[in-house]
Amino acid sequence: MSDHSITRAEVEHVARLARLALTDDELDSLTTELGAILEHAAQVSALDTAGVPPTAHPLPLVNVFRVDATRPSLPRDEVLAAAPAAEGGRFRVPRILGEAP
Amino acid sequence: MTDAALSIAADVRAGRRSARDVLEAHLAQIAARESDVHAFNLVTADDARERANEIDAAIARGDNPGPLAGVPIALKDNLCTRGVPTTCSSRILEGWRPPYDATVVQRVRNAGAVAVGKTNLDEFAMGSSTENSAFGPTRNPHDLSRVPGGSSGGSAAAVAAGFASVALGSDTGGSVRQPASLCGVVGVKPTYGAVSRYGLIAFASSLDQVGPFASSVSDAALLLEVIGGHDSCDSTSIAQPAPSLLDDLERGVEGLRIGIVTELTDTDGIQPDVKAAVETAANALTDAGAKTERVSVPSTMYGLSAYYLIAPAEASSNLARYDGVRYGLRIDGADVADMNARTREAGFGREVKRRIMLGTYALSAGYYDAFYGQAQRVRTLIIRDFEHAYEQFDVLLAATSPTVAFELGAKTTDPLTMYLNDICTIPSNLAGHAAMSIPFGTALPVDAPGGTPALPIGVQVLAPAGGEPVMFRVGRSIELAAPISSHLGGSGT
Repeated sequence: MSDHSITRAEVEHVARLARLALTDDELDSLTTELGAILEHAAQVSALDTAGVPPTAHPLPLVNVFRVDATRPSLPRDEVLAAAPAAEGGRFRVPRILGEAP
Repeated sequence: MTDAALSIAADVRAGRRSARDVLEAHLAQIAARESDVHAFNLVTADDARERANEIDAAIARGDNPGPLAGVPIALKDNLCTRGVPTTCSSRILEGWRPPYDATVVQRVRNAGAVAVGKTNLDEFAMGSSTENSAFGPTRNPHDLSRVPGGSSGGSAAAVAAGFASVALGSDTGGSVRQPASLCGVVGVKPTYGAVSRYGLIAFASSLDQVGPFASSVSDAALLLEVIGGHDSCDSTSIAQPAPSLLDDLERGVEGLRIGIVTELTDTDGIQPDVKAAVETAANALTDAGAKTERVSVPSTMYGLSAYYLIAPAEASSNLARYDGVRYGLRIDGADVADMNARTREAGFGREVKRRIMLGTYALSAGYYDAFYGQAQRVRTLIIRDFEHAYEQFDVLLAATSPTVAFELGAKTTDPLTMYLNDICTIPSNLAGHAAMSIPFGTALPVDAPGGTPALPIGVQVLAPAGGEPVMFRVGRSIELAAPISSHLGGSGT
């Protein structure tokens, strides 16, 4: 955590992970902005947290189960009507990478 | 003045006023000022009139429409409303009509409330000024050159301008309390799990909480009683009924121990008038019989840093669902991955992309433990420090927003400057605790000491998980002691 600068190549890599087709201008400005934000965020490293457990969630809840009974789901036609493309009662998507067209 | 929800509901139930008349008065206020304020993404006047007529018909039959009978309410546009467009102020959801209602929407409707529209927000609730909306900013009703705060700026402005009697917002790092402070209204972030989030579009799931806006502490209590309590549709909902708040509201603060948090009141960057307001409120509580003194909650100083790792990390995961497949925008591409990336590039605004990138980075291999893991451990330290403080004190006092409302555009160029607005509100979200902001006097902004009206200040009351009953009593005592100028909420004219 000593060096919080982030390179443009790293920003490009993260954009791919996040599925964002960023423009060159956006990659440039995000490289600067993320560097500044991470530098501030890295202040968390100033605290000694040896032996401190992490908190992921403020409530001590585990395994909340609902009753195992059937109940109506959302109306399928209404849900599919909101999709950009649907066919035969399913969501329609472009071809998956590597598949024959 | 904003029409109080308690008196509207009492009048409508008693037949002294009709729900339709109450609604028309609010719609007239919207017609007069909404083009300047832009509190709404959508005003649902026709649906509202139909609903108000139903309420009046129920009254005529001798039925009781409920505790919010005929109360006009504004809903933040990240709460799902069946058949009514819900956008999160994002292009990626523009035109989407949810197939279901959020639980809180259903509860206010079942209690007799009349929804007047969907309010503007920072896109996906990411921001502190409502300037990050894809549909243009909301303006502060008290000074149109200034921001209403955010992200629930539209809901705060709607109550301050008298467009609605009460409103619902969501608070992930201060998004109810900070705009409430800047607009001179009451805003509450309930205990994590106290209010159902079913149908609240997720931003950061370990922090998000739905909360009320109102023109008084008692109206906020009324609304929280209606929306609170267990919901089996939300697995993070606490399995308890909503706490009773109104019954004990006037019990006062005699004998209560109240700590003023040094780190969230005396820090650099907090406007002197805001600090003075916290002092004055504390003195009033002392006069009313409470014991008040300074307390240090040291790790809260690291809240902002931890938040800006945890919230974006959770957001990057939650917002993965906007992929052009099931709802909203799609930009075609050569294959699915290309379609996903083009859709997200076109559909998300600048701040949302920034947070997704930040979160993806903080969670990525090689950085996970140093950033996200460390932030989670700091979160534990903040919870422990609060636990220690609450051994000595019943509630805590602090500033809500470091300053009064700032000018549009003043903080949009530097993300970090904007993030600092939430420095006093974030710790309660990290801890999962309750907190509320109460209007307390006014001040001239430091950036323009002349030529602008004095603007509202908010004082914050913090309480441990489940501490709402005592928190509201303290809030009510602060409201009673507030200078007359605090009551500039309302028509804003």
